[in-house]
Amino acid sequence: MISLFPLGFVENKSSPDPRDKMRKIKYESELDLKFGEQMAAKAYGQKLLSCIQCGTCSSTCPLSDYMDYTPRKIIAMTREGFRDEVLNSLTIWLCSSCYACTVKCPRQIHITDVMYTLKREAIARGVYPKRYPIPIFSREFFNIVRKQGRNSEAILLIKFYLKTNLFMMFKQAFMGLRLMRTGRFSFKRDKIERIDKLQRLLKAAESIEEVRT
Amino acid sequence: MKKYLYYPGCSLHSTGKAYEESMLSVFRYLNVEVEELKDWNCCGATSYASIDEVQAFSLAARNLVIAENQNGNGELPELLTPCNACYLVLTKTQKYMSTYPHVKEKVDQALSAASLHYEGKTKVRHPLDVIANDIGLKTVSDMVKKNLQGLRVACYYGCQIVRPFADFDDQHNPMTMDHLVSALGGEAVDWPLKTRCCSGSLTGTIPEAGLRLNRRLLVEAVKRKAEMIITCCPLCQFNLECFQDKINANYGENIHIPVMYFTQLMGVAFGLPEGDLGIQRLFVKPSWHLSSQKGGVKVHA
Repeated sequence: MISLFPLGFVENKSSPDPRDKMRKIKYESELDLKFGEQMAAKAYGQKLLSCIQCGTCSSTCPLSDYMDYTPRKIIAMTREGFRDEVLNSLTIWLCSSCYACTVKCPRQIHITDVMYTLKREAIARGVYPKRYPIPIFSREFFNIVRKQGRNSEAILLIKFYLKTNLFMMFKQAFMGLRLMRTGRFSFKRDKIERIDKLQRLLKAAESIEEVRT
Repeated sequence: MKKYLYYPGCSLHSTGKAYEESMLSVFRYLNVEVEELKDWNCCGATSYASIDEVQAFSLAARNLVIAENQNGNGELPELLTPCNACYLVLTKTQKYMSTYPHVKEKVDQALSAASLHYEGKTKVRHPLDVIANDIGLKTVSDMVKKNLQGLRVACYYGCQIVRPFADFDDQHNPMTMDHLVSALGGEAVDWPLKTRCCSGSLTGTIPEAGLRLNRRLLVEAVKRKAEMIITCCPLCQFNLECFQDKINANYGENIHIPVMYFTQLMGVAFGLPEGDLGIQRLFVKPSWHLSSQKGGVKVHA
């Protein structure tokens, strides 16, 4: 797995002091103290701020093994204002929206919505891990649906592999052929009839500011 | 019996084609009228919400509005949504629009640009819910022609059918599909991973994580002596079935277990022709399993 920096360390490139380049703490002046409240407001209510750090989310999460910070840490870091670390993390992109944490959380925090909010914030600020495949996948999906109103799985995968890892496409070619032979993969673009109306709808939605409570 | 509107979603037109074919055949056999939603669009899935939330909700809401308008006779529209991801997105949109006035205001504003008006009357239903609670398992078991006695089935629900909004079954230990298997004469295997995530699109994006999640599910099902896995979600079916070769190669396993849609298994029990159920589209063919079941008595070769 790619790791941005050793866990628990703060990378501080801008500091002239060499001892400051890698240290385990962050000073309050370096944090974005409003970040926690801003994210809580976007992710449906102030519940995020009432997290008791029990770790139920991390233990239920099927993907926490592969994350750079566990979901519990992400919640704590968000609340305390570690904005850059949170938005650059791979954790938020690895969340597959299985909602296991959301239904188990004893404080009823909408953790999956928190992850979605952080993903959108990372995109809005342009700080997401640029070469990480998942944001690229989401963007390609988004573009296809905007253009056609429906997703075409075969086209999505080809566009995705072209932008990430061409080698993978050849490795997957055998499965693609099998899917085509069984009639489960088609390169036909599935498009809706009233795409003009849908695009007008999406354009209007785009200009509306993000939902806040 | 009332008519159901049907929202296929993108997967049921490609990788999940067998799900559409088998579901429609089973409903036809059960004399339930199903009509496709006119000019439906993608629900947005998880990817769209990662980029723009208002757009994602508006996209899903358009389908709900179309359903309201398509049912002319004043009856409350019931929208059959077989894909778990679509089911979650549509129920979530509905729930958030009724709970958070801010969401509703913004989505309404977007919808009005396309001269659509949302009333929130559509009831989103999963076919599993309809079969168990509207049609009833008694009716289902009365119509069985080929009893599946002795067939050990692991029922895989996936994440997004019961978590977090569905009200027809338990969030932690759903049993609807298990009861359905019993109604068909089969034996539902006790399998605690039934709602554990299959990793969704991670099998394509981060295979080292995605494949491992699927490996866990498959290994546990085999260990519990399941002869097949049935699912109710096109992405779960695709992940569990199509990546078996890769999982075997990468992790030294030897797994060859058929993964079917629950509607396919129902069709088999109803004695419907395999071509109508999309059985030929499966990578791991279940025929040798089913041919050993004859007239309800397990025949050993």
